[in-house]
Amino acid sequence: MAEIQIKNVAKRFGSYQALRDINLTIQDQEFMVLLGASGCGKTTLLRIIAGLETATEGEVWIGGRRVDHLPPKDRGIAMVFQNYAVFPHLTVFENIGFGLRMQKLPNDEVKRRVERTAGLMHIDQLLGRYSGELSGGQRQRVAVARALAMEPDVILMDEPLSNLDALLRMEMRAELKGVLAESNTTAIYVTHDQVEAMSMADRISVMHQGKIVQAASPIEVYRNPAAEFVAGFIGNPPMNFLPATPAGDGKWTVAGQILDGPSRTTPLHFAIRPEDLRPADTGLAAMVKVVEPLGAHLLVTCSVDGALFRAVLDSDLTVRRGDTLTLAPQPDRVRWFDPETTLAVA
Amino acid sequence: MNARVLPYVLILPVTAFLCLFFLYPFVLVAKQAFSTGDGFTLDNFRQVVGYWKFPISLQNTLLLAAAVVPVQLALALLMATMVNKMQRGRDLVLYVWTIPLGISDLAAGIIWLAIFEQSGFLNSMLSGLGVVDRPVNFLSYQHPGVVFLAIALAEIWRATAIMLVILVAGIGLIPKEYYEAAEVFGASPWKRFTRITLPLLRPSLQTALVLRVILAFEVFAVVLALGGTLFPVLMSETYAYQFDLLDSGAAAAMALIILAISIGFTLIILRALRVPKGATI
Ligand SMILES: Nc1ncnc2c1ncn2[C@@H]1O[C@H](COP(=O)(O)OP(=O)(O)O)[C@@H](O)[C@H]1O
Ligand SMILES: [Mg+2]
Repeated sequence: MAEIQIKNVAKRFGSYQALRDINLTIQDQEFMVLLGASGCGKTTLLRIIAGLETATEGEVWIGGRRVDHLPPKDRGIAMVFQNYAVFPHLTVFENIGFGLRMQKLPNDEVKRRVERTAGLMHIDQLLGRYSGELSGGQRQRVAVARALAMEPDVILMDEPLSNLDALLRMEMRAELKGVLAESNTTAIYVTHDQVEAMSMADRISVMHQGKIVQAASPIEVYRNPAAEFVAGFIGNPPMNFLPATPAGDGKWTVAGQILDGPSRTTPLHFAIRPEDLRPADTGLAAMVKVVEPLGAHLLVTCSVDGALFRAVLDSDLTVRRGDTLTLAPQPDRVRWFDPETTLAVA
Repeated sequence: MNARVLPYVLILPVTAFLCLFFLYPFVLVAKQAFSTGDGFTLDNFRQVVGYWKFPISLQNTLLLAAAVVPVQLALALLMATMVNKMQRGRDLVLYVWTIPLGISDLAAGIIWLAIFEQSGFLNSMLSGLGVVDRPVNFLSYQHPGVVFLAIALAEIWRATAIMLVILVAGIGLIPKEYYEAAEVFGASPWKRFTRITLPLLRPSLQTALVLRVILAFEVFAVVLALGGTLFPVLMSETYAYQFDLLDSGAAAAMALIILAISIGFTLIILRALRVPKGATI
């Protein structure tokens, strides 16, 4: 059992507040992804959990034990580093077995575990090589194997795929997810790539400027973003926003159209995903600016009431620059945000 | 200019300079060593090696190197590790520690002579504390151990910094991520030093050791200042042949013997600390 609890964690570097008020519980064997733009504090949070950095405030609990005063090796964790940190002076075998040697396990046990994890990661042919003789993808596999060989309760990964090319990344994504599911470890996975996050996570924690904005399942984060930041960050292309003014009785004026919405009296932002728009007889008047045929879909960038607005439409449609489309939002997919707090409004 | 020729053209002046002022004199010295006037001969070598002072001076030189170099290596490693851990004031500490590098070896010998001689600081201190009644002549034939110790101390004081500078640069090149990985995977600070720092420092260790060992076989001025004729070393014997006995053939033979020893040790160090192919940072 390795549930991870992060309680009121904050981190300051001098006067710079890198993390504030982080509260997060990660279930045993859950695959948690920390997602956010570069510089939002993902690595810092991961390093605090690993014990490579000390929090200014707050507590870290792993498996029901408070660990924030313990050195990394006593926390039951293993880590995959962004640049792999595969030791150049050791062979692949000794790299994978490094942690086991530090635990002074007998030779045959080290050999057994190294060969097992090397087999899992399909690098059993490379055990005698040095890291200088490996490709980026192979080094990445060594780094994962080294972590798995520890049979840790928790495995921490900091952007492990970000240095690989696109094709390899897609392949490794699926493989890594499979291997980790097999190993029954709790995983925390840092990435700035939303596709990686969506495809791998049990739950995603979206981070922004040192805070966790939303922690929920991928589909929840996608369908019901808790804040405008999440709505604008997740999804490619991201959600569209338009200002909405109250027209009384739960009716709202959006770009000249009257739509149903929450009963409120202060202005809101109307939001809809590009793929939840359909050409129809009544709807938002959209002036087409750019048409990008993407094969499966047509990505249309338009202007609605002067605001940038994107729609993903059926590729059978013929749309040209300068056309005016009438786009109807799918009613159950419309979301509303309070511009004051930027939070979602039910 | 042709990009393939250009590099060679650019190194030509240095090469010419070295040939003129190093290779040519070297050939002259070698010629001198292998001749006594009538053609090729090993007489010079037979003469210097057969002389009764040769085994002593060889032994002294080797003993001194064996005593000084390991201490310097350990000290330099310790100092380099400490400097590398410093957040602030690192440059200042490095400058202070490297001050002895700016002092000539003869001056260094004289500084330590001022400490150890009969009217020196050590005697003043000891008699001030009442440990001795009257000044002791430490640097005499009655105290060969003290002479050796004084020379070793002066050498350590003078030439540790050269290794330090090389090792500090080398340690700075090791990415921090390796240490963090080692820490996460359970390596104690000592294990991180022996399993990460030392092996990844091999190229710098090679340079530092080769340089230092060669200098150790050329030790001269410090020995002369502190030990005079009490502590003959290879270099002082060479000097004696050249300037006291005016036998330049024998001096040249000694020079070549020192060169051969230096080359031998260089090869041993390079071999012992070699980095396997593909195992560099
Ligand atoms: N050791 C440090 N000293 C000072 N500032 C730091 C340090 N480490 C990280 N930061 C700052 O904290 C912020 C978050 O960094 P990081 O956690 O690495 O972000 P991410 O991994 O999300 O890109 C950044 O603005 C970074 O500059
Ligand atoms: Mg990062």
